[in-house]
Parts: sequence; C-alpha cells; structure tokens
Amino acid sequence: MAGSAAFDEMNGLDGDVRGPYAEIARWLRATPREQLYRKREEAELLFRRIGITFAVYGEGGDPERLIPFDLIPRILARSEWEVLSRGLSQRVRALNAFLADVYGTREILRAGRIPAMLVTGNELYREQMNGFTPPGGIYTHVCGIDLVRTGPEQFHVLEDNCRTPSGVSYMLENREAMLRLFPRLCARHRVAPISRYPEELLTTLKSAAPSACKGVPTVVLLTPGPFNSAYYEHCFLADEMGVEVVEGADLFVQDRVVFMRTTAGPKRVDVIYRRIDDEYLDPDCFLPESMLGVPGLMAAYRAGNVALANAPGCGVADDKAIYPYVPEMIRFYLAEEPLIPNVDTYLCEREEERKYVLAHLDSLVVKLAKGSGGYGMLVGPHATRDMREEFRARILARPADYIAQPTLALSTCPTVAEQGIAPRHVDLRPFVLASADGIRILPGGLTRVALREGSLVVNSSQGGGTKDTWVLEDDLVAAVSAESARSQSQFQSQGGGPGGC
Amino acid sequence: MLSRTAESLFWLARYTERAGNVARGLGVAIRMAGVATRLGGEDAEWRSLLTATGGDAGFYRKYPAPTQDAVVQWLVHDPDHPSGILPCFEAARRNARAVRTALTVDMWEALNDGWNHLRALPPEATEGERLPDFLGWVRERVMLFNGAAQDTMLREEAWRFVHLGTMLERADNTARLLDVRHHLLMPDGEGGVDYVHWQAALRSVSALRAYHWVYHDRLDPRRIVELLTLRPELPRSLIACYAAVVELLDGIALAQGGRRGECHRLAGEIHARLRFGRLDAIFEQGLHDFLTDIITRTAELGSEIERFYIRA
Repeated sequence: MAGSAAFDEMNGLDGDVRGPYAEIARWLRATPREQLYRKREEAELLFRRIGITFAVYGEGGDPERLIPFDLIPRILARSEWEVLSRGLSQRVRALNAFLADVYGTREILRAGRIPAMLVTGNELYREQMNGFTPPGGIYTHVCGIDLVRTGPEQFHVLEDNCRTPSGVSYMLENREAMLRLFPRLCARHRVAPISRYPEELLTTLKSAAPSACKGVPTVVLLTPGPFNSAYYEHCFLADEMGVEVVEGADLFVQDRVVFMRTTAGPKRVDVIYRRIDDEYLDPDCFLPESMLGVPGLMAAYRAGNVALANAPGCGVADDKAIYPYVPEMIRFYLAEEPLIPNVDTYLCEREEERKYVLAHLDSLVVKLAKGSGGYGMLVGPHATRDMREEFRARILARPADYIAQPTLALSTCPTVAEQGIAPRHVDLRPFVLASADGIRILPGGLTRVALREGSLVVNSSQGGGTKDTWVLEDDLVAAVSAESARSQSQFQSQGGGPGGC
Repeated sequence: MLSRTAESLFWLARYTERAGNVARGLGVAIRMAGVATRLGGEDAEWRSLLTATGGDAGFYRKYPAPTQDAVVQWLVHDPDHPSGILPCFEAARRNARAVRTALTVDMWEALNDGWNHLRALPPEATEGERLPDFLGWVRERVMLFNGAAQDTMLREEAWRFVHLGTMLERADNTARLLDVRHHLLMPDGEGGVDYVHWQAALRSVSALRAYHWVYHDRLDPRRIVELLTLRPELPRSLIACYAAVVELLDGIALAQGGRRGECHRLAGEIHARLRFGRLDAIFEQGLHDFLTDIITRTAELGSEIERFYIRA
C-alpha cells in the first residue's frame, strides 16, 4: 500500500512538477550532486558546532547524536497553508474547550458524545485539576499537531501533542542553516519568515500570567536538566526569549508563592513554561519520589499565584484513545465541521474493532495508546510474520493499550539519499500557540522525513531526519521564470518587504 | 543571576584552576624526585605533594606507599580523587554544560575540547618520560580557558563569579604549597639542601624567574615568603589573589545595590591582614600557624560566598 502509491509533493501523481516546487526542481536539475553532498557535510559541521543534538537511548553508542538534516526544503503553497492554518486553529480551540470542560462541568460526557470512562478513567486525567480554571481558561498553550498528507488536497491529523511537544528549535535552526547554506535559493522564493517564534512564545506565556501578577510577568523555562533529550531546545528557547532556564531545585514555594533562587536573593516567578511531565512537577501532589519538581508548586498554582504552561492534565486530550473523538469535540464545542480530518482509528478494547484489527494486522499500523516517539509500534505491511504474531498476543493480553490505523501512503518529498535524489516519506508538525486573546501559528513547522527507503517511521528516535519547511508568501505560478524570480528578489532587498525567509 | 548558574561558574573556574595547580605541583615533584633520596626522607617529595593537594587520607586508604606511579595515578587519573586532573576537567566540563548559555563560545570550546582530548587519552601518555609533556599540555589548557574568559566575557556578574572561583582557588593553592615546605623556610635557613626546596617552592607557583627579577639577589627564605604572601606584583601571591577577591565581591555587591554579607567582611579582613601585615609578624606568629590560618579562612570564605549567593 505504501511506497509506490504515495503522492510526491514535487512531482505529483502524474510526474508533472507542481507549482510551488518549480524553482526547486530547476535548482535540483542544475546543481551537481557532488555539490549537494559537499553542502550536506557543511550542514553537518554547522549543526555539530552549534551542538544541536538529540539523545537516543537504549541502542548503545554515542547517545548524543545529530538529527540528520536534509538539504531539500519541503514546500507548501500559501493556499495550502491557509487551509491547514485554519484547521489547526480550529483543532486547538476545540482541544482547549475540551480540557476546560472535562475539568469543569463535563458537558460533553453528560451529552454522551465521549464515553466518560475514557476520560475520567484515563491515567492521564489529573484529579488535581478538577474545579480549577487556569488563567485565561487556556490549558494547552503550546501544541504540536502532527499532520500527514496523502494527496494534493488530503491532509490528516495523525496525532495531537498537547503536553510538552518538542522540535520547534529544529524548525528554527533548519531555517537558519538553509539561509547560510543556500542564501540565493532562499532569495529566489518568497519564504514566509518564522524567526519570530520565540517572541510569539514569550507573548503567549506572558499572557498566561495569573491576575495576581502586576507589572511585567517573570517567565522561566523549567527543564529536567542536561540529561534530558530536549535540553538543547530548552536552552535555545530560553536564550531566544531572554528568560532563565531553571531546574526544580532552583525554585521554591513559600506561602504559596513561587520564587527562584538568584544571587540577589529570592525572585518571584509568575509563569513557568515547564518542559517536565505532569508526574514530576510537584512531589507533594504527584510522584512523591520526584527530584525534578518543586514541592508546593501545585498549591501555588491553584492559589492563582503562578501559571503553568502547559497546564497539568493536558494528556487526557492527546491520548490516542481520545484522539478518535476530536472531530466530535470540534462539532460539540465550536459547532463546526473539522477542517482537517482524522485518520480512521480502531480502539482494540472494543470487541468488534479488535476483531477487525486482528484480522487485518498485515495492512494496519498498530500503536501503543500511551506510547510516543515511535516506540512499540507495528507497521503491518513491513512486519515479519513473527512480529505480527507477537503483536496479536500483546493485543489480546492488553487490548486497551493498543489502537490501530490503516497504513497511510504518506506523501513523499525529494530527499538527498546515498544514490542521488529520491522520494522519502514525510510528516509535518506545526506548532500552535494558544492564549486567551487568540491562536498564533507561524507559517511552517517541523518536517520529519523517514530517511530509509520505503520507511514510514519519521521519529528522530527511530533514525528519522528533518527538513526545512517553506510556506511561500505568494503562490508561485507554475512557470515562473528564473528571470522574473531574480527581479522579484531584487525588489525585496530594496523594499525590505515581507519576504526574506 | 540564578544561584545555580553562579555556583556552576564559580566551580568550573575552581576546578580548572585546580587542575592547573596539580599539574604545576606534579611537574615540580618529578624534578625533585630525581634528587629526593639525597635530600633524605625517601618519597618525602611525593608525601608533601599529597599533603599540598589535600587528599592524602584518601590516598593512603587506597595505595600502600607514595611511589611515583601511585601518586601520578592518584593525581591524574583516579576517579576517587575529586581533585585529580581528569576528575577536575570532568567536573569543570559538567558544570560548563549545565550553564552553557552563560559561557562564551571560546570558554566552552576551551573546556569541551580539553575534555574530549582527555577522554581519548591513551594511558601511556601520562607514563614515564611523556608525563612532563602531558603536564605542560594541562597548564596550556588552563591558560587557554583563563585567556578565553579574560578576553571574551562581558564584565558582568557571570565574569565575577568565574574569576572569583579562579582567585580563591589560587590563594588556597599558594598557601598550601608554601605550607608543606614551611619548616624549610626558616628565616635563618642556610643554603645547601634547603636551597633545592626553596627553588621548588618558587617553581610550583611559576615564580622562580619572578623572584630574581624582583630581588636581583640569591634565594632567601624571608624573601620567598614575602614574595608569595605580601608582594602584590606576583599574580599568585596571597595578597594579589585576595585583592582580586575583594574587588570582585565588591563589584557583585555594587551591581546588586550594595547588598553585602559576611563573605564581604571576611574577605576584607583577610585582605587587610595581608595588606597591612609585616613580614616579621608572620615569622613571629610562625609561618605554619599563619598559613594554616589563611587556609582555614579561605575555606570559610568559600562557604560564606556560597551561603550568601548560592544557598540563600
């Protein structure tokens, strides 16, 4: 099913170069391969020097690895992006409404639109959040929505990440790398800029400050520390926002107010962009053995003296067992039809769906309902008989732990492979910022690419790579000439218009 | 600044300085070992180096006797010795990684490249005739780090905590190196055997040439003590280190609107004693007592700095 049938974002289904890729196709034809390989080495050097690493555990070898970066950008037309942007905004508004509801009056459960047990019996549901409304009523301030594409107009949401999504630093660094490596190629396109993400993030975080905070809120980023796989990103974002990166031990709570320890004495903290999981936030409230958190943090939060972004308990909205109901949420809270559909999903705990899954293991993708990072996953068409039998046994033993989806023919993008340029499967994670005054989305996201031929697993923990993602400011006409593109870039540099990556 | 950041900056500088000091001490001891038996007291030089580096109790628990091989193993490689060269580099790099954004790229590279080199070091690189080269490399790395800090850091709080760590560690080191030879530095001492030790004392703080430059005369124990304690021109003298410590603490206090604590008072008191003290008074009190007092107060000052800025 996958592979040959996939939609290629450059060559389409019929082999004609699609409009947004016209210039890239020309560039690829004109650029000798050796030059691309040289540029790739240059890129690797660049990333290693900056120290952009991702920790891969459990495989031995050097745990601090580079995520492979592919030189060929993934391109979306403005019109394509507009649709996605509206759909993402819609989805995140619904997810926030859902969270406010299930920790409040539970209308959606009482209306019978989602089985109550899936929510209140969910291990990601946090009783501690009951009857408390976070500042502005926002729960998931920073949300990463994973999208896949199967055709020219066909995008699907594969997964919501409402807790502590990571990857945005790669989105930003990939663009920086492209600007350094291929300034002229960038200039020949009018690429929508994304560099103000840290500013937008800071604005979002400040707007989450509790009403008790007068004046400019003090924002900090709470990290589990240097051994966390995303530590680089934590430092990068804090640096770009100009806020402190703190560990649990840097904070303390006194009279339900959070302070950080500074050389000039305790300093009050108003907003915590936390990049540690719920269970580790506060040993008084969650896991008592947690050394990463801050005792008394939840009490301070509930007293309205500090804001947490994202709020604890967001996991109940992005759980894979809840995922099939997101379209229902959109209808229920917004009275709208979903603009980006879900992927069909079978919950193995339901007898009928389980029977279907077990009968079609060779064509489905089976995932852990609680898993992430591409671990513990079966891609039916690529699996051996033994692997399928192993999953059959696992599903039968613990049906509630598994969901299944059809194996989608993920779209492909041209990618620099060992044997030249070849199509590889991609997905897209845009980052959506939510605050009481609205939704902010920068045009683009993190494109992940499965570097192995035919592979559908794009996770960086499974050997996936990344690409820069370009959303074009204007829809290029399919036949835009190099000539006119040049004059356009000249105009840009004179006028200082909205382009310039 | 976050207290944890200040702590890491302070300690990464202390560990780096300590690694350099151990390398300097080892280099001198190797020279001395050649003549040690003649000077009486087999292994005396290794024993005094162990005392000066402050980890002798741990050493004797682990090794039967202070032979050259055992001491080199202890002071260079042994992971159980936190003041050894490799553990110092490791600790400095660990602290640097935790506060990377507070460091300049040049400082980070000085520490990170040094650590990567040490990680890949073949064991024979610190053996036999190759040891002096290795010790020279260590001193160069430390100077590279100090130079990077000096040349690239903004003169703000981060710089002050880094330099404070360097200077406090240096003061402690000078006092200890002098103290292990205090019995050989009696004011009425004669040349002969002691002379080699006087040279060694100066060499271990890279001050042999400086001595000749300052005094234009033969080595004399009174002057050696004066140079290493009371002469502000020598960058490793106690008074030079303490003048810097006082200035740095004042700078931090000033930037925080004059907020001061016991650490400021204590640093000022120690500095005043060095600045206004007389050499005769030091010998009247007894050099060993004087130095022990400095060492104790330097440790106290370290705790007070942490109490005021880091654990408050």
